[in-house]
Amino acid sequence: MMPKPRLLVCVAASLAAGCITINIYFPAAAAEKAADKIIDQVWHVQPQPAAEAPKESPQ
Amino acid sequence: MRRALVVLAACAWALVAMAQENLDLSSLAIDRYTNSMAQRHPKLLPWYQNGAVGLAKDGTVTLRDPDVVPLSQRQAVSRLVAAENEDRAGLYREIARANGNPAWEPDIRATFAQRWIDRAPAGWWVQNATGVWQQK
Repeated sequence: MMPKPRLLVCVAASLAAGCITINIYFPAAAAEKAADKIIDQVWHVQPQPAAEAPKESPQ
Repeated sequence: MRRALVVLAACAWALVAMAQENLDLSSLAIDRYTNSMAQRHPKLLPWYQNGAVGLAKDGTVTLRDPDVVPLSQRQAVSRLVAAENEDRAGLYREIARANGNPAWEPDIRATFAQRWIDRAPAGWWVQNATGVWQQK
């Protein structure tokens, strides 16, 4: 009966460690998205939702 | 047992939240730098277009060809370039800080550098990875 909660705590602890590890890695894709958003504002680029939509759709 | 489950649920939630992969840009400092650069842009635009100012590979702008700027305006363009670079440095620093990782600043800078250069319109001058200036 006893080992079960302990196992859960171990799993939780390793997940928590995983969270911290993930947070250290630089989110390159998110940074690109953020950069594009700011560049649009600085260069006064009009957003083009029509041009972006078809890019994501599978063939 | 129940406490462990709560911890597990919290961790799972945190993982999901992080998987969204969006950088937080909602800080007053980020807005201030962005607005300041947006207001300056029309003044820099003719100098991007005639090649006096180029987009450098380190995420800054450079007065790469002062000869195409009339002498009377050269100092003003230098000031625009310096002010732009101050804002850019502040922007990169604040984005890293707003996302809880000041150490990300060089990565943010490198990402911006690449995006400024990739998105520059035809005719502008940009610096490639080896430092050579090229016209797009």
